[in-house]
Amino acid sequence: MKATTATASATTAAEAPGARSFARTTRLLMAPAVIFLLIWMLIPLLMTIYYSFQQYNLMMPMYDGFAGFGNYAILLSDPVFWDSLGNTLIIVVASLAITVSLGMLLALLFNRTFMGRGIARTLAVAPFFVMPVVTGLIWKNMLLHPVFGLFAWIARQFGLEPIVWLDQYPMVSVIITITWEWTPFALLVLLTGLQSLPEDQLEAARLDGASALQEFRHIVIPHLGQVLYVVVMLESIFFLTSFAEIYTTTSGGPGTATTNLPYYIFQTVFQQSDIGIASAAAIGAVILANIFAIMLIRFIAGNLNAGAAR
Amino acid sequence: MTSSRFSNFAFGVLAWGVALLIFFPILWLLLTAFKTEQQAFSVDPTFWFTPTLESFRTALAQGNGYWHYAWNSALTAVASTLVGLALAVPAAYAMAFYPNKRTDFLLVWMVSTKFIPAVGVLIPMFLVYKTVGLLDHPLGLTLLFTAMNLPIIIWMVYSYFRDIPKDIVEAADIDGASILQTLFKVVLPLALPGLASTGLLALILAWNESFWSITMSDHRAATLAVYIASFKSAEGLFWAKMSAASVLAIAPIIVLGWFTQRQMVRGLTFGAVK
Repeated sequence: MKATTATASATTAAEAPGARSFARTTRLLMAPAVIFLLIWMLIPLLMTIYYSFQQYNLMMPMYDGFAGFGNYAILLSDPVFWDSLGNTLIIVVASLAITVSLGMLLALLFNRTFMGRGIARTLAVAPFFVMPVVTGLIWKNMLLHPVFGLFAWIARQFGLEPIVWLDQYPMVSVIITITWEWTPFALLVLLTGLQSLPEDQLEAARLDGASALQEFRHIVIPHLGQVLYVVVMLESIFFLTSFAEIYTTTSGGPGTATTNLPYYIFQTVFQQSDIGIASAAAIGAVILANIFAIMLIRFIAGNLNAGAAR
Repeated sequence: MTSSRFSNFAFGVLAWGVALLIFFPILWLLLTAFKTEQQAFSVDPTFWFTPTLESFRTALAQGNGYWHYAWNSALTAVASTLVGLALAVPAAYAMAFYPNKRTDFLLVWMVSTKFIPAVGVLIPMFLVYKTVGLLDHPLGLTLLFTAMNLPIIIWMVYSYFRDIPKDIVEAADIDGASILQTLFKVVLPLALPGLASTGLLALILAWNESFWSITMSDHRAATLAVYIASFKSAEGLFWAKMSAASVLAIAPIIVLGWFTQRQMVRGLTFGAVK
């Protein structure tokens, strides 16, 4: 291993004079960013793994020491953990299904030419730029509130009993909040993808008498496949870590109805002060995120090589 | 011809209807901000009213703390963006113009740190910050925002650098310019627009950030996100004030966001969609 690197650097040095000093300079240029990411991301991650094997509660400093898989065992026997895992998956799957399908429909709609398209599109993507905390409060207080909310007023206009959204349908409320925020993201990305569609292929298909549906099926979908893949992977990772929307609306409740994994960890750290168990749960969250992240990173790395070849 | 013109018109109406529907909650927040507390807090929503700046005045009044939080938001967002760019530019420059066998791996590794969920590093960060006194400190939040955005910043700066023809840099090298001279005299001026939009994106993401600010700050370093989140248990009280504070917090970002839509897509999808 060492020998190959030595020969390789020897040949580059022979090919380009001064390459060795270049190599040293570039290493110096890279170092600050690499060290920063090591200290702020990788080392803490390793520390989380370490803590997950320790008995460590801030409230009970006398009981500490190696716990083996004890924290994981406690976690796996905690019904709240399983609830939070289930809720996390429900949030991811439901929000993905809604944001991607709505985003796709909207992208097709906004890809047509009509009067004031720029302004309409700008209005439609605005929610994505709203601070998630504000998003949560708009929905909780001003729209879904059972007495003073706009939805309650609309229900009363039709002589219906207003729905107590956050109590009766807490999960639906959280998903509505998240999808309002993220459908514009799907729309924005998919629309950008649509606008880079090969115009000549569409033209050719139309000349060959392809129907709108065939055009969509055989040209739009394959081209958008990559874009869709990226949207799905990215959104999965973001939805797995949803926090502000839950924190500001339901606070994980009622009971554990909307407690997802990040919120469970948040509560375990800041309310129960249990570092060990919270760390074990955090490792669970990292593993879950990695399932999507690995696929996404592979895709990004693949793109990188394609770019290099070009 | 007429039928297609009609369908175009119909789709236009539909698109506008959908756009207004999506935008409505923001509009409603904006309207509420111009109401009195009584109007904001009424069983039958007030649609027609004389707009008043009262809530903005209350929200901005000395002693209500708005400026404290706004200052923290601005400070941490701007500082984290600048630190992020200062770390990213040299690294991206080295990778874009002097790549070696390890470059691809390093770049992908840096990007991959973006996908570590924040909760995965929350606990050690909290404990270490508490020990070294960075908890509830603007510098602590700044560095966390930097870490959160650095992968995106590096990626974007790298992709803008790659758009610069390599010949220009090689010519400068042959003319005897040092690596740093080439960076400052040749590459940076060419990449300035790209750097500006990267900075803008980082600024938006840091300003809107809520997980780290809620968990790692209490009052001293608390940002607008923490301040606005504190209204979550206000049952009908101070809704107009909350709306005014929220409008002030989101308006500049929405406007900036509209200008950076394309960069946002490019940055957040790591170049998979351009």
